[in-house]
Amino acid sequence: MTNTMLASCRTAAFVCLALLASHAFAAEAGGPPHFAPPEESAIPDNDFGAMIRLGENIFTHTPEYAPNNVGNGLSCVNCHLDRGRKAGSAPLWAAYVSYPAYRAKTKSVSTFEERLQGCFNYSMNGKAPPAGSKELTALVTYAYWLASGAPTGAKLAGAGYPKLPAPPQAPDFKRGAKVFEANCAICHGANGEGTKSGDRYAFPPLWGNDSFNWGAGMHRVDIAAAFIKANMPLGRGGSLSDQEAWDVAAFVDSHERPQDPRFNGSLAETQKHYHEENCSYGKQVNGQLLGSKSEPAGGRLRKQ
Amino acid sequence: MIASKLMAGAAMLVLGMAAARAAEVDAAKIVREGNAKGAAPCSSCHGLDGAGQAAAGFPRLAGLNADYLAKQLHDFKRGLRSNPIMQPMSQALSDAEITATARYYAALPVPKASEPAADPTLIKKGEALFQHGNWSKGVPGCYQCHGPEGQGIGAHFPGIVPQSSTYVRNQIRDWKSGSRRNDPAGLMKSVAEHLSDDEAAAVAAYLASRGAK
Repeated sequence: MTNTMLASCRTAAFVCLALLASHAFAAEAGGPPHFAPPEESAIPDNDFGAMIRLGENIFTHTPEYAPNNVGNGLSCVNCHLDRGRKAGSAPLWAAYVSYPAYRAKTKSVSTFEERLQGCFNYSMNGKAPPAGSKELTALVTYAYWLASGAPTGAKLAGAGYPKLPAPPQAPDFKRGAKVFEANCAICHGANGEGTKSGDRYAFPPLWGNDSFNWGAGMHRVDIAAAFIKANMPLGRGGSLSDQEAWDVAAFVDSHERPQDPRFNGSLAETQKHYHEENCSYGKQVNGQLLGSKSEPAGGRLRKQ
Repeated sequence: MIASKLMAGAAMLVLGMAAARAAEVDAAKIVREGNAKGAAPCSSCHGLDGAGQAAAGFPRLAGLNADYLAKQLHDFKRGLRSNPIMQPMSQALSDAEITATARYYAALPVPKASEPAADPTLIKKGEALFQHGNWSKGVPGCYQCHGPEGQGIGAHFPGIVPQSSTYVRNQIRDWKSGSRRNDPAGLMKSVAEHLSDDEAAAVAAYLASRGAK
């Protein structure tokens, strides 16, 4: 063998090894590529690593680490399980590589940062951290690190909540109430009020003033049903039937909660602009006109 | 819906009556001496301080939620938990005595760590499971239901720090086999089924290694 051939072989071997050692990204024929985020132990022991850890702490204990941005009692991890890692629970690593993207919700192209800001305004019923703030930088850094090696723009296996086919029967409040009592009330409370451990919520409130507001994605019955089917009860995702998931989603999403931040004073107009499909906002359910008695958006931050 | 509300109402009435009669029971005496109707002194296995006997797998009861403790005794009575010692014991206790002894132990302070620290690598592995679970198998971190310090949340999710590692391993075994089947919504059965024996040992070692300072 000549020296150049030997050198080429060595380079090829090195490249092969590097590819094998680098991440858990594999494309299966015919399906979206699979991806696994790096282990916790891989967080570097430097300033960048400190920012990753801050992002993870904000994600897991949001009212504690981002108190000026959270108006309710929720943490990101309530709906993005396993610290934003779990496939089928809208993991951060899949979201990170999907942005910038056009969003039907805003009828505009959003960056990843803007998408995160939306989470604070709606799901956290709070106030979005401004661009360049430590909170936003930390969350983006954490998401970026979780997505290490994932291909930009790829739709990864496990992204979002797995879409649930329409149920055999239209989702029903009364059937959903039974599912709730049997499977959910033990953690989330008979009245969806959640359960506290000390002054923090151990199990999040699902409706009422301490929960997500009417602008959050989770208020949509199709999104809630998909989340619930794949992830609930905690540790027993997939144990409910599709019908049960749809019914209990309709039940949870048919209770009052804080107002949509886009509310313009008219329930009918706000419903027409933003709530035409997949939800009960502006509708009469179980004797309540949903959205008519909502406290204004912002939660505890309104009092500041 | 109405039937279940009536049943819930009836259950509350029974419990309320039991609670009223419980106030008349000398719980401390039963704990020290038994009730002379077949229930041996609780303290002979669980201690006067409720710390239990870790090596034998007799659990600590001190500081656990009173409703949780009472439910366990009722569940032993009903056969939802199988145990050759606790079943006859619970059958020999009246509802009022169950409520009273549960309250007695609930009021005691949470003890220090259960056992001298085991292998530090094992404990570290257990700590990781306690905090992060193993979501590749759908197992949540224990803290998510049992509280950030494992101190327990309400009546349904008991304190687990500290707890005898032998007892913890036995419960995991019993949920897996179905000989313990009183866990609400089958939550612990699901966890137990997805823990390997090594993981069960690690978590048990961790839970035994911590307690009140």
